[in-house]
Amino acid sequence: MPYFCGIDIGASAAKLMIVDHQRQPVAKAVRRSGIDYAATARRCLDEALQAAGLTESQIESSTSTGYGRDNVAWACGRMTEIACHGKGAFHFYRRAMTVIDIGAQDSKVIHLDDHGFRTSFRMNRKCAAGTGAFLEEIAYRLDLPLSDLNGLAERSTKESSLGSFCTVFAATEILEKIRSGEKIEDIVKGAFRSVVKRVLEMDTIDGMLVMTGGVAAYNPALVRLIEESFGAAVCVPPDPQLIGALGAALFALEAAEKGPTQC
Amino acid sequence: MPPTERKDFETTKKLREVMGNYFADLGRGAAEGKKTAWCTSVGPAELLWALGFNVYFPENHAAMLGASRMATDLIPLANARGFSPDICSYLTSDVGAYLKGESPLQKMKLSGPPKPDVLVFNTNQCRDVKDWFQFYGREFGVPCFGVHTPRSIGPIDDALVDYVGSQIENLVPLLEPIAGQKLDPACLREVIGISKQTTILWKAVLETAANAPSPLSFFDCTVQMGPAVVMRGLKETLAYYEALLAELKQRVAAGVGAVKGERHRIYWEGMPIWGKLSSLGGQFLQLKTCVVASTYCNSWIFEALDPADPFRSMARAYSSIFICRADDRKEAYIEQMVDRFKVDGILYHDSKTCPNNSNNRYGLPQRMQKKLGKPYLVVNGDLNDLRLYSEEQTRTNIEAFVEQLSQG
Repeated sequence: MPYFCGIDIGASAAKLMIVDHQRQPVAKAVRRSGIDYAATARRCLDEALQAAGLTESQIESSTSTGYGRDNVAWACGRMTEIACHGKGAFHFYRRAMTVIDIGAQDSKVIHLDDHGFRTSFRMNRKCAAGTGAFLEEIAYRLDLPLSDLNGLAERSTKESSLGSFCTVFAATEILEKIRSGEKIEDIVKGAFRSVVKRVLEMDTIDGMLVMTGGVAAYNPALVRLIEESFGAAVCVPPDPQLIGALGAALFALEAAEKGPTQC
Repeated sequence: MPPTERKDFETTKKLREVMGNYFADLGRGAAEGKKTAWCTSVGPAELLWALGFNVYFPENHAAMLGASRMATDLIPLANARGFSPDICSYLTSDVGAYLKGESPLQKMKLSGPPKPDVLVFNTNQCRDVKDWFQFYGREFGVPCFGVHTPRSIGPIDDALVDYVGSQIENLVPLLEPIAGQKLDPACLREVIGISKQTTILWKAVLETAANAPSPLSFFDCTVQMGPAVVMRGLKETLAYYEALLAELKQRVAAGVGAVKGERHRIYWEGMPIWGKLSSLGGQFLQLKTCVVASTYCNSWIFEALDPADPFRSMARAYSSIFICRADDRKEAYIEQMVDRFKVDGILYHDSKTCPNNSNNRYGLPQRMQKKLGKPYLVVNGDLNDLRLYSEEQTRTNIEAFVEQLSQG
């Protein structure tokens, strides 16, 4: 049975997904991208192959995506993360939708029609505001593990408002709030709100609203703020952080369906 | 992706010589008793040539600072002198170069830009040119004159032509004493006639891109446009564009495209990103996508020039350029270009420090998409300040846009 692999080397994490010929996930791997993307991709592949009990020769085709997409020599094809997040999200819902992907370094708003064709997309500007990098900076400033942010935001009873557009200035604002005795959980919720505001101003939404990416995966409180701000229910597919990798695997499968692939 | 070879023009070999001679003339000017006028690129250069001035264009110099990637290191020097990082990075890089005494012209054995005897600007492009030229007026202690063209111009009516034309004409008594000669009306008519011929040839060059595959791309044009901007009133320009046009016609006849295997055709709206022309051009080659036309390269087409009506026709020509027109005119222009060049999608460059050349900021792309049904992409960057440019985001945006054009 042939298998298909998608590898998404993001700014922070590398994600890999293997699917079978019926588009069903059979294995996955997530690691920090690190500084040697090629080595990270190889380790992800080995890990997933081992978990699924597969050998590399059973992978008929692979597609790479993400910032490190050019560093995966063994991938037959490559697509942008915009294409892959759209493809992966459409796999689950198969209707016109707006996909919001908040990654470590960029945010994307992707519009798909009811055939899954992309009608438009936006990426954030050259600025970390509205991305996972913003939350990483805030966690650092508050001397907290990144994984604690969601729990804190959930406990907030009074949201702090961050007015600054810029990550660096927002961090300064946070210092001021700490000095004035505001609660950490309220500050964290304010930081989540700041990310949501940056996404809100990127584009309008139409169709169903889907969220993908690492930020949605680990921060349900932020997903709820997105729902609140856009006034629409948000669907989060399984393994939201791996949707780009899934989309890449599906592109690999579709390329193979069109004819033999040459890796 | 493997690198894809860019197909250069034979004629380009002559371009270095043509431009080299122009700059050499500028360098020798003072020693030969010639006066030098600095002029904005869509300023009344014809009048200056007719008065015997050597004409130098700071915008051309600033573009060279951008293309040579010197600009980003020079801009902070101007920022420290009170020129904000948010204003025109042509201005700030050029002023920075002046303050540091550096210039790409030094590679051409010039000490730098020729010292001006007078500066003449036209605000048809923006207000920044006024502040830019007035800075040099103070620095060099020479007169700085301006033509104040309105912005958001609708129809080019008589009132406008009278207003701008009279300003150009009123420059004559101010410039004659500096030039040391009276204006010879026959000479002005001749220069305007040459500029008109240059315009006709330059337009013909650009319009060869209407063919599929296009024999030239926006990235070629940003290089080829040099003489059309800085030498448009000089006879030697005509021979250059005649040769280029002939080569382009050969390419068209032979079916040779600027982009091998051209699959998609894009319109570039906004300024070039001068320091990234090579890498962007390479990316489009790899994506088999040709940027076939642009607002920018078409902005030095002055069809209204008329030797029989010098001042008013200069007013009409220089007030007709895209940048100073009302949005409905801009939209009609883009629509016409998309149709003429069989464009699949539009790329808008939001140039951070050049609001006047960033037409994505008031909903125009959305309106055009609704009207034309063509997808668009906004790329955030800058004409010269590469601190405002993200290599990776731009690369991904463009790649994703071409993916979108390839769907279905």
